[in-house]
Amino acid sequence: MAENTSELVPTVVADGVDIVYRVNGTGAGRGSATAALNRILRRGKAEKAAGVRRVHAVRNVSFVAHRGEAIGLIGTNGSGKSTLLKAVAGLLPVENGRIYTDGQPSLLGVNAALMSDLTGERNVYLGGLAMGMSREQIRERYDGIVDFSGINEKGDFITLPMRTYSSGMAARLRFSIAAAKDHDVLLIDEALATGDRSFQKRSEDRIRELRRHAGTVFLVSHNNKSIRDTCDRVLWLERGELRMDGPTGEVLKEYEAFTGDKSDKPKAKPKAVPAPKAPAAASA
Amino acid sequence: MSQALDTPPPTPAPPGDDLAALAARHGLTVSGARPTLAEYVRQLWARRHFIGAFSTAKLTSQYSQAKLGQVWQVMTPLLNAAVYYFIFGILLGTKRGVPDYIPFLVTGVFIWTFTQSSILAGTRAISGNLGLVRALHFPRAALPISFCLQQLQQLLFSMCALVVILLCFGVPVSVSWLLAVPALVLQFTFNAGVAMVMARMGAKTPDIAQLMPFVLRTWMYVSGVMWSIDKLTQKDHLPRLVTLALETNPAAVYIDLMRFALIDSFHASQLPPHVWPAATAWALIAGVGGFIYFWKSEETYGRG
Repeated sequence: MAENTSELVPTVVADGVDIVYRVNGTGAGRGSATAALNRILRRGKAEKAAGVRRVHAVRNVSFVAHRGEAIGLIGTNGSGKSTLLKAVAGLLPVENGRIYTDGQPSLLGVNAALMSDLTGERNVYLGGLAMGMSREQIRERYDGIVDFSGINEKGDFITLPMRTYSSGMAARLRFSIAAAKDHDVLLIDEALATGDRSFQKRSEDRIRELRRHAGTVFLVSHNNKSIRDTCDRVLWLERGELRMDGPTGEVLKEYEAFTGDKSDKPKAKPKAVPAPKAPAAASA
Repeated sequence: MSQALDTPPPTPAPPGDDLAALAARHGLTVSGARPTLAEYVRQLWARRHFIGAFSTAKLTSQYSQAKLGQVWQVMTPLLNAAVYYFIFGILLGTKRGVPDYIPFLVTGVFIWTFTQSSILAGTRAISGNLGLVRALHFPRAALPISFCLQQLQQLLFSMCALVVILLCFGVPVSVSWLLAVPALVLQFTFNAGVAMVMARMGAKTPDIAQLMPFVLRTWMYVSGVMWSIDKLTQKDHLPRLVTLALETNPAAVYIDLMRFALIDSFHASQLPPHVWPAATAWALIAGVGGFIYFWKSEETYGRG
């Protein structure tokens, strides 16, 4: 920012990060009572035998992100992108390793805090407060948020409950609320794909604007074009492992070759546990 | 096309110590680490508007699909009281030697419901809101506290209904009604503390949510919601320890305090001994202890 010199200032340092999900009730006996009893009696012995499945979603990932960088995260579904992003935000505890950050990285998204039974207006306040804004800040930016979302273009919809919105309208309002705050380290999870064409255009502009204020931006997307447009460095995750880390062009070329030609599969890795999408998708 | 499997990363990640040293050199902090207790309190205070807005939002969204809307906030407790009046007042015709039995009963039910639903909501505060916990950054204690605040608001609506009932049964308005305020503050602190303890346990072991209704129902029957503890202990066949346990039971303490405040025929002599110190002690033990217990595990909430 102020002392923006040629020296690289790290903003996010991931040091050998492992993330493991534990899922209950997946043992051989599933939900049967005896299996559950067995689980209780054998607690602390072997989690696997006790019916708790460990899903290793991110394995030993290390990287250093610097101020001013925009980093894309790519990988096929369930490769651990969203999980890694949540861990960088400090929302998901890591199993091994450490993640160091400069300030508080924030995930662009407020979906979980909004309530569909409340009016759009109240949700703007609720979402803003949930992101840590003060009431005054929200009041100042309220008109901007509503105008940006374009909710009121077709009538006074902001005073209607959010459950009456079309899915596109709701997505636009959610993005507008989330993008109203300035962030130090900004983490974006496929947010570019919401709304109609004109709104997508507006949100891309807004993200570029956010990038100027933010120190570092992480973007998870399956849209290689938007990665190419916004990012100058790309991390490629596959099965939870960091497979490549480098300039956008180079990594995307490899990635496109990988996804484009399925017959050219990589030599099967020893542990072929597919990282499930479920935990990450729940809040995406 | 050769696969990238063996391609070394262009910016090779140095081994562990170097990265930690690099982070330390630039003053980076560990993401998701637990803040100090003082810092935690400060963060929580900074989020007070969120806590308030979240609880009010939960409360209003409850009846937003009903045609009568928010009228149900008062209607529900009134109907509840009507059912109790029908069963205990008309069907059973029981007064059990308690004067003003209906106000006695309804006060007990409302005050007990406040504690019961706060604890139940607290048990699910983290485990039922994982989406929120995994999406946004805020001190997690905001959730159980917010749910207790929602129950407090619910209780205030019930209290409006209660005032109507009291007046209908000829209980005179008196200055002692003001005592309801400190009693409620103490009860809220107690509830929030227990809710935080349950929230941490429920986050680790979601099964507790299945168990709690039974624990709470048992607790209700020993707390003198529908009967008078005072009448029972006067019969003096009870061992000293049982009497002591019945009288220091926090739920019983808060229920009797409210009865004492609101109902003129409920005299100070019917209160357990040292009732105000007991109410304050319970609030402090549960409130402070629960908060610290919850904070100790702050960084683990949200683990899948």
